[in-house]
Parts: sequence; structure tokens; C-alpha cells
Amino acid sequence: MTGTGSIGRRLTLLLAGVAAMLSVLSWWMVTGLARQAAERTQDNVLAASVTTIAETLRSEQGEVRLELPYSAFSMLGAISEDRVFYRVATGDTILTGYEDLPVPNEIVSSLGRVVFDTGEYSGEEVRMATVSRLVLAGAQPVPVNVTVAQTRGGVASISAELSQLAAFLSVAFFLVAVSLSAFAARTSLKPLNEIAAAVSRRGPSDLRPLRRAAPTELAPLLTSLNRLMDRLGQSIRSAEDFIAEAAHRIRTPLATVRAQAEIALRSASDDDQKQRLRQMIRAIDESSRSAGQLLDHATVIYRTDDLVRTPVMLSDLVSQTVSGLEPTASMKDIRLDVEALRAKAEVDPVLIENALRNVLDNAIKYSPPETVVKVAMAETNGEVRIAVTDQGPGLGEGPADQLTQRFQRGRNTQGIVGSGLGLTIAKDVLVAHGGRLELETLQGGTGTCATLVLPSS
Amino acid sequence: MRHACLAIFLSLFTTMLAALEIEDHRFFPGTGERVLKVISTADLEVFAPYLAAFQSSQPGLSIDYTVVSSAELYRAIRNGAAFDLALSSAMDLQFQLANDGFAKSHRSEATTALPDWARWRDLIFAFTAEPAVVVLSTQRFQGLYLPTTRQELVTLLREYPERFEGSVGTYDVRDSGLGYLFATQEARSTDAYWRLSEVMGRLNPQLYCCSGQMIDDVAEGRLALAYNVLGSYAAERLARDSGGRVQILGMQDFTNVILRTAIIPEGAQETAGAGALIDMLARLGQRDVPGDWPLPPLGQTGADNVVDFGPIRLGPALMVYLDPLNRRAFLTEWENALEQR
Repeated sequence: MTGTGSIGRRLTLLLAGVAAMLSVLSWWMVTGLARQAAERTQDNVLAASVTTIAETLRSEQGEVRLELPYSAFSMLGAISEDRVFYRVATGDTILTGYEDLPVPNEIVSSLGRVVFDTGEYSGEEVRMATVSRLVLAGAQPVPVNVTVAQTRGGVASISAELSQLAAFLSVAFFLVAVSLSAFAARTSLKPLNEIAAAVSRRGPSDLRPLRRAAPTELAPLLTSLNRLMDRLGQSIRSAEDFIAEAAHRIRTPLATVRAQAEIALRSASDDDQKQRLRQMIRAIDESSRSAGQLLDHATVIYRTDDLVRTPVMLSDLVSQTVSGLEPTASMKDIRLDVEALRAKAEVDPVLIENALRNVLDNAIKYSPPETVVKVAMAETNGEVRIAVTDQGPGLGEGPADQLTQRFQRGRNTQGIVGSGLGLTIAKDVLVAHGGRLELETLQGGTGTCATLVLPSS
Repeated sequence: MRHACLAIFLSLFTTMLAALEIEDHRFFPGTGERVLKVISTADLEVFAPYLAAFQSSQPGLSIDYTVVSSAELYRAIRNGAAFDLALSSAMDLQFQLANDGFAKSHRSEATTALPDWARWRDLIFAFTAEPAVVVLSTQRFQGLYLPTTRQELVTLLREYPERFEGSVGTYDVRDSGLGYLFATQEARSTDAYWRLSEVMGRLNPQLYCCSGQMIDDVAEGRLALAYNVLGSYAAERLARDSGGRVQILGMQDFTNVILRTAIIPEGAQETAGAGALIDMLARLGQRDVPGDWPLPPLGQTGADNVVDFGPIRLGPALMVYLDPLNRRAFLTEWENALEQR
């Protein structure tokens, strides 16, 4: 699998990038607005100041007179610690104030309206408000210009302060947005992770379709996944069917061949020929057995896919199975000793019978003649245990688990007919029922105990 | 810019000569080469303890101390006279200098600790708050009740015109920057000022340039009372040698409190020394106990019986009465009130 980066991280980074852009934008806007508000405040106060002064303009004995009101300057001092300059002039004649204070040109045309301008004076940037008023001086009215200027330190410090506050808020906003983005990314990826977890939780042979609610975006993925599993299941089933069909088709002609071989053996007189025929029958037995077990295995797999449980009296099932194997056992003079217990379980009786038969078959097969195979039942802690004990050579060396894998046989089984499928079948059946198969060599190496464990009902 | 501003104030100081009119001068030699040139309105006897304290912490620095009137100080700094520190009680003139760009900025722990109202733009720093008081002669007031408001003072002067004829002293606001500041601020704050001026004008008042002379004359008995005297000087005189001949009276209805301020002139050379002296004065201004210093701290007005109205605000409003047109109008009114004969 090749990684192309995490969707979650990419989503988080993308959202964080957007948040950063918005933060910077909002900081920039707030800073601009703060500056504008501070400037407008200064303009308003300057306008009030210049108007207050202009209102004191009057004519006395043909001369323009005025009186700087105290409030005109105290209001400027109240808003900030800024330097104040002023100028009152008629045309080019200075009445009072700072002679070289620059004055905007357009004022003459705008009588009575306050005109603002920004300029430089005394080495600092100043904001100037000018108002023009007509005052009667002698015979005719003359325009008088009143200008009040103030440096912009207050405006700068207010906007710097607000800008700093805005920067702080923007950073806080950004941090919150990033953590929310991470949360959002994780939340939106949650269904995907849930589906992945649900798939990986499944058992190795569980190929049922996934039936769960999924967001619209994930529905196609889910559908494809289910279709894939369906196809996989079908192909497994067809393979099993093929094996079962093949085994079935082999078994029937083999039976015919064996019957013919036995007839031939009976009618043969030559020892050498008899020996060869016995070997032939032996090989046929082995093949027939393998084919049977393959068939069993296919049955087990087919039935465990759709397990049909019915309440079964296990003691009856055990007794039936044991009596079914009596003829095989008696051929080797082996006694089957059953201790049945009345225990009930919800199982598929065909499968359990199959499993038990395979275990018993193994026990009989590996036991020396004239010995006892014991079948004991017990019920403990909600489990029914069916223990099959023989007096055979034991499991040999190597891990017991390996014996339950397909076509694996113990190391001490030379000379005995076997396919290596018996224990696999038993184990698969028990696991499908929620139980297990326990294998152990008895102490002293004289016998094996195979226990079928099933949950009781 | 400079010559323009000069033009504004030309009418103020037409009588002045180009040379500095020095009232007093002393050189305090230090061990090193550096010289701190201080121009001040504070008398030597008042300010010498401060200079001594400063020199003990900076022994290497010599101090050249020049005493001038507040108007003279203003003119000198405006003309770019070579001083490193200007201390003045005329806060309006000091403010105008700072506003017009004749002051250097200074910032230190001591100055930032000053209350907001005691500094402006790191250019101008207040280190004392001093009230205007009435000083009266104990001997001349025998048998009279002591007025506590301007209204009572007006009534008293009206009741005993013969006692007070020619015996009332106040600043000549045409000459004294501080007197002008007191008068304008009082005229703005209380209508009793013009009534009082009218009454005083009928009594043939004596006009002075400086607080010191007024207090001298009260102590000598030549004056029955002196109106609008700097309280700190009166208190200092009282502590020194009046022998009970002088009493200080604070007006209960309204009291002007001025801030004595310091600026570092634009052309200052010894700015480090000037800054250090400002820092010392600013720290002294913030002291809690009056101590042994001749001038009161910022926190209290110096006279116990004075109602505290807070000092005059440092701000552009101070420049209003310095405007030549306003000044001319005010002086005309003042002359009409006080010079009736």
C-alpha cells in the first residue's frame, strides 16, 4: 500500500490556512476601522474647536475682533496629549496665531463649512480644520479663516492600541479555528474509520455483506466492498463445491474397484499376488477415506457459513455416533467406553456429529489393538466438554495447534492411513459454534486426550 | 516657525532687551568637567537645598544656576539660549514652549511614575503643586476678622477703606507671568475676581513683580495684605523669620494651584544631567511626607487651610490667555478695574 498523506491532516491544514487568512483579514480591517474611528473623533473635536472660535468673531469699530474661548483648546487637550496650533487670518493678514501654519486653498469657496486637511508643521504630521466666516469690517464683509491644527499622536496611539488588541484577538481566533478544524476533520472521517474497524474486526471466513449506515460519500465504497466480498464468497463456494463433487465422483468408482479387488484377493492362491492385492486395497481405502473427508470438509464449510442451530440432546448424539463407529473399533478389538451426560446445546447436529466422528475415528485409528477409547462428558461453567481419550502413542513432538491445520499430520503417524483433515474439520465445527478443540498428550506419553468444548444452552 | 511665534509674542515683550535680565546667579562647582546650566524662576534660597542634594549624588557635575523672571525665561528659551534645564512656575509659558517644539523629550522610571496630570508628552514635568494664598500682616489686621472667602474679603475691604488705602498688594499682571496666570485662571473660575479687583482698584493698590517683595512688605507692615502670593514662598518666609508678623490665608471658595514645571530645552547639551535632576525633582514631587524641603510635593498644596481644587490642568487650554488678542483684552479689563485713579 502506498500512502498519499492523511486526509485528516490535509483537511486540518486547509481549514487552518483559511482561518489564518481570515484572521489576518479581520485584523487588517479592525486596524483600519480603528484608525478611521480615531481620525473621525479627532476631526469632530477639531471641528467643534474651530467652530467655537469662529463664533466669537465680531466686528468692533470697523475692525475684526475675536476672543479665543477657553473651551476651544481645553476640548482638544481632553482627548489626547497632542500639540495644538492655530491661526486666524483675513486673507494674508494674520489676526493671531501661528503665521506659517499651512492653510488649504479651497476654504474661500466653502464659507461656513469646516474643511479638513492633513499637512506637516513643526516637524510633525498635523490634522487641520479650517472654517471661513464673513465678518463686516468697515463697509464690506471680509472672509476670516480660522484654522486649528493638532498633531496625530493620540490617533496613532489609539489605533496602535486597538490594532494590538485586534492582533491578539485574531491570534486567539486562529487558534480556536485550528482546533475546531482538527475536530471537524476527525469527526467527518469517523464513519470511514468505523467501517475500517468493522471490516478488520471480522473473522477470517466472515464474508457477509456490511450492513451499516454510512454517509452518502461512503456508500459507493461500501457497495463495492460488499460486491467484492460477495464475489469472493462465491468463488470460495464454487471451489468447495468442485472439491465435494470431485470427491464424490471418486468415491463411488473406488468402492467398485475395492469390491473387485477383494473378490480377486479371495480367489487368489499365490501368496505374492495376495500381498499385492492387499496393498492395493489399502491404497484404495486411503483414497476413499481422503475423498470422504474432503467431502466432510466441504460440508462443514458450507454449513458453517449459514449455521442453523437446533436444541440437541448431546448425550443422544454422542451415543449414536459411538454406536456408528462400533464396527470399525471391533475390527481392531478396541472397546468404546461411553459416559454420557444429559446435556443440551443449540448446535447443528450434523456438524457436531461429523466433528465427533472425526475425533473418534482418529482415536481408533491411532490406538493399538485391544485397548480402550474412552468418551467422557462433563458440564462446567456453561460449557459442555466431550473428552475422547485413547491409549495411543500421543501427539508426538511439535505444537498441538499445528495438527488442526489442513493436511498437517503428526510426526509419528507413519504407516497409518490419514488425510490430515480430521482435526481441521473438528476444530472448524467447534469454532463456528463458539467452542474450541483442546488437544493434549496424556502424562507418560501413553495416550491422547482430545476434548470438544461447546457452550451449553 | 520660530520667527513666526516670536512675532506673536513681540507685543508681549516689546520692552524687553535682547540681553537676559538676570536676577541672581550662582555657580556650584563640581569635581568634573561637565556643567549643567539651569535657568529657573525659583529664588536661590528656595532652590539651593535641591541643588545641594543633587550635587551630593552627582559630585562630578558643576551647576550653573541662573534666576530670571518667568517671562524672561520663556523668551530666553525661545531664542535658543544655551541652557540644559528650565524650571518655571509659569506653567502656561512652559506649556507653550513644549507645544511649540522647544522642549526635548525625556522618559525615565521617575517621570512615568508621575500622575498623568503632572506631565505632558514626556516633554514637561511638574514637581511641585503650589497654591495662591493671601498673606496678611498680623499687626495691621488687629481687631479685624479674618476673611475666608473672596466675598468676605470684598466686604471687609469695603467696610474699612481707610485701613486698607494704599495697603493692598498684588501682582502687576502686565509684568509677572505668574501673576497673569493666577489672574486669568481666577477670572475664568470665579466671578468674585472682578468684584474684588474693582474694590482693590478703589484702594490705590500696590503692584509688584514678585512674591518675595510682597511678602517683605507685609512683614514690614507696609502692606496690610497681599493677594495671590505663591503659598510656598510665604510658608518658607513664615518658617524663616517672620516672628508672627505674617499670616497665610487660603481662600475657601476657590484656590488656584499651579504646578512648577521643568523642561529640557531643545538646544540642551547636558541632557543626561538635566534628566537626572528632573528625575530627582519628580521623585521628590511624589514624596508622601513634606519633609525638610522648601517646596511642597505634588500631593498636597502646602497650606493646610486651603481647600484643594486640584492644580491647573497642563494642556493646550493654557495657551488661550497667552494669545495676544486675549491678552490685550484681559489687560484692558484689568487696568480698568485696578487703575481707577
